[in-house]
Amino acid sequence: MEHLRNRLNGFFINFHDVAKIINDTFYWTFLSPFKGKSIRLKSTIYEMVKAGYNSIPIITIISFFIGIILALQSAYQLKKVGALIYVANLVGVSITRELGPIVTAIIVSGRSGSAFAAEIGSMKAAEEIDALISMGINPVHFLVVPKLIALMVMMPALTIVSDFIGIIGGFVLSISILEIHPYNYFQQTVNALLIKDIITGLVKAWAFGIVITIVGSYQGFKVSGGAEEVGRRTTSAVVSSIFFVIVFDLFFTALFYYFT
Amino acid sequence: MEYVIDVKELFTHYGRREILRNISFSVPKGLITVILGGSGCGKSTLLKHMIGLLKPTKGNILINGKDITLMNEEELNEIRKKMGVLFQGSALLNSMTIAENVALPLKEHTNLKESTIDIIVRMKLDLVGLSGFGDFYPSQLSGGMKKRAGLARAMALDPEILFFDEPSAGLDPVTAAGLDELIINLKNVFKMTIVVVTHELPSVFKIADYVIMLDMGELIFKGTIDELRNSNHPKVKIFLERKPDESVYSPEDYFRYIAGD
Repeated sequence: MEHLRNRLNGFFINFHDVAKIINDTFYWTFLSPFKGKSIRLKSTIYEMVKAGYNSIPIITIISFFIGIILALQSAYQLKKVGALIYVANLVGVSITRELGPIVTAIIVSGRSGSAFAAEIGSMKAAEEIDALISMGINPVHFLVVPKLIALMVMMPALTIVSDFIGIIGGFVLSISILEIHPYNYFQQTVNALLIKDIITGLVKAWAFGIVITIVGSYQGFKVSGGAEEVGRRTTSAVVSSIFFVIVFDLFFTALFYYFT
Repeated sequence: MEYVIDVKELFTHYGRREILRNISFSVPKGLITVILGGSGCGKSTLLKHMIGLLKPTKGNILINGKDITLMNEEELNEIRKKMGVLFQGSALLNSMTIAENVALPLKEHTNLKESTIDIIVRMKLDLVGLSGFGDFYPSQLSGGMKKRAGLARAMALDPEILFFDEPSAGLDPVTAAGLDELIINLKNVFKMTIVVVTHELPSVFKIADYVIMLDMGELIFKGTIDELRNSNHPKVKIFLERKPDESVYSPEDYFRYIAGD
């Protein structure tokens, strides 16, 4: 009974903390700029470079491979019905609607979600967060808002890169191994892709950016012990942000399926 | 005597554990008050309450007559601008240089020009004996220098009250004595009210004007440094004579304890 009550209590405290960080983050990002508390531009740009620009190489390589894999896998089935040209449709639509955003989100979770948790966590362990508060500086405003804005901008941008490179991957495989004429492949892709497919993918990516920032920062702020806990929280930041990215993916996919 | 901080009947808990029990005292203006006590007696927790990082379960803390336990975050920030805190590990932001660290409160809370801020930063660094170290990162400095840099940052906004959490922790005796000297100079030159949390006896006798002593979350002594020396309170005497606290375990009890009985 005692045990159950403690568990329940812990759950409500966690719930309260999550609600508080979401509330604070949105307040300091969207409302406080109108009250004369400007956003820290320099560190926002710094975060954009770190989380966005620096992950272009890895996203490029992985998206290229995913494009090839997708083309091969769909050719395996489509060859049987003699509809090899539809590889272009499959690659184009599944990359822009699904794989581009999700692959980007998983890479950014691993790179930046963990970095956010480690950075904030080690600051918490070294009393730096307490120091910020004692100087009258809100740590969410100081640390989380630049990261949030950076990811809200960079996630869609990286997704565009991923979409483009993924389609190129499928294209390269199709014109070489599958011997589809390049112009036909190009035409087929252009006809298959709707602007809606690309937009819904980018909306997802934007939402994933928010999820990754909030989860990473939350885990960082939850650190109360020393270095060992920073490591534990960093791991759970990655695991839980991938989990929540997929939950939100399901939600948005269902939403777009019925309402677009 | 004029008082800057009044703590009234303060109780606080971590979960169900009681950390501070019925603490009441006042901090006199323009003097150095030392909060003394053994490890785990609640003195750092008490400090965190005084700077508004933690809220008590019960009781009031008045700073210049205003109750900070009833304030919202915005009102608290106004009070915090008049306080400087030097944390135990100095808590400098590792991603910034020393000069950027000192400039941070100035950039956040004033509309001063970049060039003015530069001058103030240089003055503050001179004051703590760190001139020329502005472009170094915290990781490139020694423990004592980090503490001095943390002190420069705490003084950036010319606070009325300065708080020190274990200033001599982790420092060699010479460096620690240097820091004590600096604290005394600050009091004499700027007439600041200073609150120091520590358990280092040599440091206490050197800097303290007024002493508050905690034991197991209770206040057991408050008074001037001379009154501390002449105190007859058994726990105070044990602490000053650096004897182990015998009341915890008698030899028989200790044997039972280690035998797991």
